[in-house]
Amino acid sequence: MSVAIRVIPCLDVDAGRVVKGVNFENLNDAGDPVELARRYGNSGADELVFLDIKASSSNRETTYEMIRKTAEELFIPLTVGGGVRTVSDVDQLLRAGADKVGINTAGIANPELISDSAKRFGDQCIVISVDVRRNQDSPSGFEATTHGGRNSSGRDALEWIIEAAERGAGEVLLNSMDADGTKNGYDLELISAVRAKVEIPVIASGGAGKLSDFAPAVKAGANAVLAASVFHFNEISIQEVKAKLAGSGEVVR
Amino acid sequence: MTSVVILDYGSGNVRSAQRAVETTGATVSISADFDEALEADALLVPGVGAFAACIQGIKKVRGDQIIGRRLAGGRPVLGICVGMQVLFEKSTEHAGEGFFEGLNEWPGTVEKLEAAVLPHMGWNNVAASTGSQMFKGIENERFYFVHSFAAQKWELDPHEMLAAPKVSWSNHGQDFVAAVENGPLWATQFHPEKSGDAGLTLLANWIATIK
Repeated sequence: MSVAIRVIPCLDVDAGRVVKGVNFENLNDAGDPVELARRYGNSGADELVFLDIKASSSNRETTYEMIRKTAEELFIPLTVGGGVRTVSDVDQLLRAGADKVGINTAGIANPELISDSAKRFGDQCIVISVDVRRNQDSPSGFEATTHGGRNSSGRDALEWIIEAAERGAGEVLLNSMDADGTKNGYDLELISAVRAKVEIPVIASGGAGKLSDFAPAVKAGANAVLAASVFHFNEISIQEVKAKLAGSGEVVR
Repeated sequence: MTSVVILDYGSGNVRSAQRAVETTGATVSISADFDEALEADALLVPGVGAFAACIQGIKKVRGDQIIGRRLAGGRPVLGICVGMQVLFEKSTEHAGEGFFEGLNEWPGTVEKLEAAVLPHMGWNNVAASTGSQMFKGIENERFYFVHSFAAQKWELDPHEMLAAPKVSWSNHGQDFVAAVENGPLWATQFHPEKSGDAGLTLLANWIATIK
């Protein structure tokens, strides 16, 4: 008896719509987050992540409305990230129906945001989302970036993740900016390095391109594997990933 | 139609619990009203976050009295996650402040799990108790857990005059109590409202016990 490795599709959303196209058959509206959430929920996804890619204050209300509608129909956990800046943002996302909230850039600028949110809402709903880039000048060889990898944060990624976990983050969404979009597999060294340092669950993200990419991430220490385009474009199905993981001796649902 | 109240004492995402119970055909409201919570056919006590905050929230709306009176009348109550943990005697979650007292419906202490990865987050099996009504038809399904603390022993002594509670177990680093069916008082450490179809079936099994 042990907890299953989670397989998590990530949907990029903007102004209440799914962007970067999703290519399923018989889809009425490829941009409708509710329809896609339902589709993924029925196809074996263990959780769902919405990433609000612009998250400007002007479209916040649209995002809340989208989460409300999705949460009405989705009976698996939903994580929402992107542009979360204040404890009030966390509160509103949870109230709208998110089970977990991802904190990224704003947490680096203001680490109290992690501690305050975890204290108020519980560790279990705070996900520290880190966009990591390799940098030899950083002590661990990995640095945390901000603004989707565009800017250096000046912080070592491992040090930051350790601090965030101590401040009460219940999980780390580890996104490799080097691997992201390459489809050459997850950054296994990064996953192992983080696994060795924290006890919170690690979600591997960035680089999934083929069926054989997932099991090595789990072997390296990931508790969950996240991917976007390979699922959206039907290149790989969630059930195929699970079958492959099971074949490698991992426990899946 | 069966009426269900979800006790509204400031605990996280209660909307999905409401929607999940509604799929069983029940009428569900989210309320902190004393009489409404007392009179509903069934009461669901949610709970996320810290043990102390949940206990304080529950007491603030006199949830301890509501639960106590309902149970005295044999009326169903279901505690979920921390809403289950608060039913025990105490928790070590706030160890710096000594033990934190629970509602003491059951003896025992809620303690931190010893496991390599915490929180215990994700889908795990449950060894359903023999004859369980809760897990009827879903004995081999996985359910969604997210917690670091749990009751690791079941300490309620059996009594020949009382039906034995059905206790179901799970494991993360060590065994812990995953669910209890004790007369009108049911509880799950996992989140049925986040456990997909298996979770919805469990809630339907609960509603089906309500006369």
